[in-house]
Amino acid sequence: MVELVGVEKAFDTQMILRGVDLSVRAKETMVIIGRSGTGKSVTLRHMVGLERPDRGRVSVFGEDVAGIHRPKRESFLRRIGFLFQSGALLNWMTIAENVALPVRVHAKATPEEEIETLVIAQLRRVGLESARNKLPGEISGGMKKRAALARATILDPELVLYDEPTSGLDPVIASSINDLIVKTGSTMGTTQVVVTHDMESAYHIADSIAMLYEGRVVALGTPEEIRHSENEVVQQFIHGKTDGPLIIDA
Amino acid sequence: MIGAISRLGGLVVEAAVSTGYSLGLLVHTTLQLPRGLTRQTFRSFLTQLWLCGVQSIPVTFVVAICTGAIVAMNTGLALEDFGQERLIGRVIAISMAREMGPFMTALTLAASVGSAMAAEIGTMKVSEEIDALEVMGIDPARFLVLPRLVAMTVVTPILTVYVVLVGTLGGALIGASRFDVTFDGFVSDVETFLDLKDIYTGLLKSLVFGVVIAVVGCSQGLRARGGAIGVGLATRRSVVISFLLIIIFGYFITFLAFELKW
Repeated sequence: MVELVGVEKAFDTQMILRGVDLSVRAKETMVIIGRSGTGKSVTLRHMVGLERPDRGRVSVFGEDVAGIHRPKRESFLRRIGFLFQSGALLNWMTIAENVALPVRVHAKATPEEEIETLVIAQLRRVGLESARNKLPGEISGGMKKRAALARATILDPELVLYDEPTSGLDPVIASSINDLIVKTGSTMGTTQVVVTHDMESAYHIADSIAMLYEGRVVALGTPEEIRHSENEVVQQFIHGKTDGPLIIDA
Repeated sequence: MIGAISRLGGLVVEAAVSTGYSLGLLVHTTLQLPRGLTRQTFRSFLTQLWLCGVQSIPVTFVVAICTGAIVAMNTGLALEDFGQERLIGRVIAISMAREMGPFMTALTLAASVGSAMAAEIGTMKVSEEIDALEVMGIDPARFLVLPRLVAMTVVTPILTVYVVLVGTLGGALIGASRFDVTFDGFVSDVETFLDLKDIYTGLLKSLVFGVVIAVVGCSQGLRARGGAIGVGLATRRSVVISFLLIIIFGYFITFLAFELKW
């Protein structure tokens, strides 16, 4: 479903990805972990064409992402949902209008009543039915994430990408987001890639976990395999130790 | 020395990249025109009409009446030495229609509306909202730039006509109160000497200025990087670049219209 081969990426003179190889199978939920600044979000952005690799290849649904241009790109993006770290809701639109946006763009012929029904169903799924007429500035961070999840999944995408879905949320709200991710994967059969450094979340939702370190994948396996990995970098990261090969910048 | 040359080179490259991006954005957005007029972009267009047009009326009124009064006072005092202060009407009308009307309107809009566009779109850029649009398959040029560009292209000439009329009125008030030029005499002088070419040259300028302000504001917003500092820089750059382009384009249109008799 998603394949990255030897992906390298630099911003100005700073090398972020140094040859990432990764393969995500259909209906799998893969969690990418790693310290801040190791290129997790950059890796995710490559999968949807927001970044282009300097070297290597990113293919999704069997197609080279860098080679997909308009108008084919629109049908490609229709099959993907993306949950941004901040939610990225359009601040002048109500929650309902935000959630309805992908339908209005990709399924223009859909009657207004049907859009309304779809939006209400999505908002009910994420527990936000009562907030449908509020603006993003009037709701909490957790509600924004849930609204963004409703928007990302309203077209039943085959692939959903999550960038730090639980960052900045209290443990209860974070658990509710994790539950929604698990439910999305199990009930809709969606392939999911989740970027996080929240290990509780990773163990809860992952079928497989990949760890990025210094721009490369240094460990890949099931949650159990990662938990018992002998790799020192992995052990230091998952246990949050200050001693070890991971250097803490001053 | 090498450092200074390097910085100068960097500025030239940045200016070239920025110009290329803005021109590309203008062409790309203009090409969206036929199919870009959807219900959503039309709603956004109406919002922009309100923000750029209606909300600019009070500030442009003050700018216009003061500009007309200042030009009338200076012109009247100069003409008074030769006993020709009755000519004040034609000077006010021609300078307002050709230069001061479009120029003052554009500077006011660049400082208020253009900077707001850069700040709003810049904030959307750094908070990933632009990325979210792209991931949803929505072209930001069609969704965000097109309504602003069309609104500014419509609003700027209308506001310019308003500024010219109010400014001329300001000049007439000074003419009547300070130089004993009657209102009827003022209007008659304006009617006799104001040429159609003065009017359409001013309108052409305002049209070009409107496009410049919208494209510069939007392109600087879309190129914003790095959080609040990046948004602040984009906003500042949009005002500076718009001011410079307004002056440069203003000069060339005047040169083409009145020097080359185009």
